Amino acid sequence: MVERNLMIYRHTWPVILAEIFEPLLYLLAFGVGIGALVGDVPGLSDASITYPEFVAPALLATAAMNGAMNETTFNMYGKLATDKTYESILTTPMSVRSVALGEVCWALMRGTLVSTAFLAVVSVLGLVHTPMALLVIPSALLIGFTFASIGLLVVTLLRSWQDFQLIQLVMLPMFLFATTFFPLNVYPRPVQVLVEVLPLYHSIELTRATFLGTGGRHLAVAVAYLAVLGVVALAIAVRRLERTLRS
Amino acid sequence: MTADASTVLIEATGLTKVYGTPGGRAGFTAVDGIDLEIHRGEAFGVLGANGAGKSSTMRMIACVSPVTAGSLRILGHDSATDGAKIRARLGVVPQDDTIDSELTVRENLLIYGRYFGLPWKVLRERSTRLLEFTRLSEKADDEVATLSGGMRRRLTIARALINEPEIVLLDEPTTGLDPQARHLLWERLFQLKQDGVTLLLTTHYMDEAEQLCDRLVVMDAGKIVAAGTPAELISRYTSREVVELRFAPGERQIMADKCRGIVERVEELPHRLMLYTDSGEETLAAVNARGVRPLTALIRRSSLEDVFLTLTGRSLVD
Repeated sequence: MVERNLMIYRHTWPVILAEIFEPLLYLLAFGVGIGALVGDVPGLSDASITYPEFVAPALLATAAMNGAMNETTFNMYGKLATDKTYESILTTPMSVRSVALGEVCWALMRGTLVSTAFLAVVSVLGLVHTPMALLVIPSALLIGFTFASIGLLVVTLLRSWQDFQLIQLVMLPMFLFATTFFPLNVYPRPVQVLVEVLPLYHSIELTRATFLGTGGRHLAVAVAYLAVLGVVALAIAVRRLERTLRS
Repeated sequence: MTADASTVLIEATGLTKVYGTPGGRAGFTAVDGIDLEIHRGEAFGVLGANGAGKSSTMRMIACVSPVTAGSLRILGHDSATDGAKIRARLGVVPQDDTIDSELTVRENLLIYGRYFGLPWKVLRERSTRLLEFTRLSEKADDEVATLSGGMRRRLTIARALINEPEIVLLDEPTTGLDPQARHLLWERLFQLKQDGVTLLLTTHYMDEAEQLCDRLVVMDAGKIVAAGTPAELISRYTSREVVELRFAPGERQIMADKCRGIVERVEELPHRLMLYTDSGEETLAAVNARGVRPLTALIRRSSLEDVFLTLTGRSLVD
């Protein structure tokens, strides 16, 4: 499965380039543009953190999320519903489980590539100050795993292409509100609780903690939250796929 | 492997497939307790109209669709427990082309072979050979989208052969192809059979069944209604010859009434009348003697088409 996708991307490598550029453009617009207006981030314990430094890890988390979700929703839905790719794969000794795991693995590899490239560019820009930032890459992997699994679960629930609108309806506000561009303490407490439930919030906590080298309790909570969510989503998704593909 | 398992490759007893309706209790029975026995090296056909249960049967034998009831043993294994082991030794040509449109022609073969866990080196050699076998060598590095219908089907067959299967399952292999493409495909399939590969195919083309199959079953509404070699079926279910009379649209009913009693069995189609007889010449003479003047009259030998009409057509229901 992984090899199939690799071979395809030999033809379509510009897509990956685009994926690296997207968060970079956001960083430019928000980090540098708005950052000039904002100066530093109010409400953070460490006042030395500049706005671009605050936004960069959040954008990385978002990129990891989007990359993984796109792979297991859009791309997989096409193969599932339109191309019937899986039908022919399943006439070979491959099992539904290995197909699903293969797709998730592939999403992770793509995610690693994108996050590594992003990290490299950001360090060249001088936003990285700690060797702990290297931990952003395994963090992005974990985020990718969680969202790839969620995507896999979502794809088993889709009825038609129109349903992708619904995914967007969830994803875009999550991107905007899950502390991507401003810290949690700007919200009143009830909203804070709501935001703290979002998987992207924990993803951003994770990348921010590693990127800025702050570490701390949040890190452990985020890792546990993402890992559990990913494993549960994956388990349910495989069972649901098994039922639809082997009927 | 025992001597028995080497001759009987597929053995189904009371094979049944019931599809559950979403939310509903009552399921739809697609296959209703059929028995099959397919031997090594033969070409076995499953004939039937659309919705007769052919594809469901094939999907169960391909071990992609679980058996609802009955037993199914393939290559000496139980399909319920050893699906992956069986699939490793099968080649499947599905009804719709499911070629990977994101890969080139050759890559399709390579990657498909990887799903079987075959090493790259073996696959490179085999894909070249199979592209030659299916006359696709010049197209090897082209996008799949540029292939014609016949080429796509041949690529699907090449793909099904990548694991050197002992049994190849073909679900309506020539549906939608032009005559030239069909003949090329038949010729390739015949070659495969000569090489000792067991073929199991479904079709609703009677000429295809006559061309390719050693033995066949006719399915209707999930059940097997007849089984045997093409020649056996023709001699059992229909007369030796058929007189086909074609009439102008308004005349058919009057002419049909006039012809009644000349032969034992008359099949009435929208603007044709088929008279089943042992001697076409004599029957046609009798028709002319009664003053029936058809637009055209044709005497031909009985074919599987007639068997099929007898078994599933209106006359059977009456």
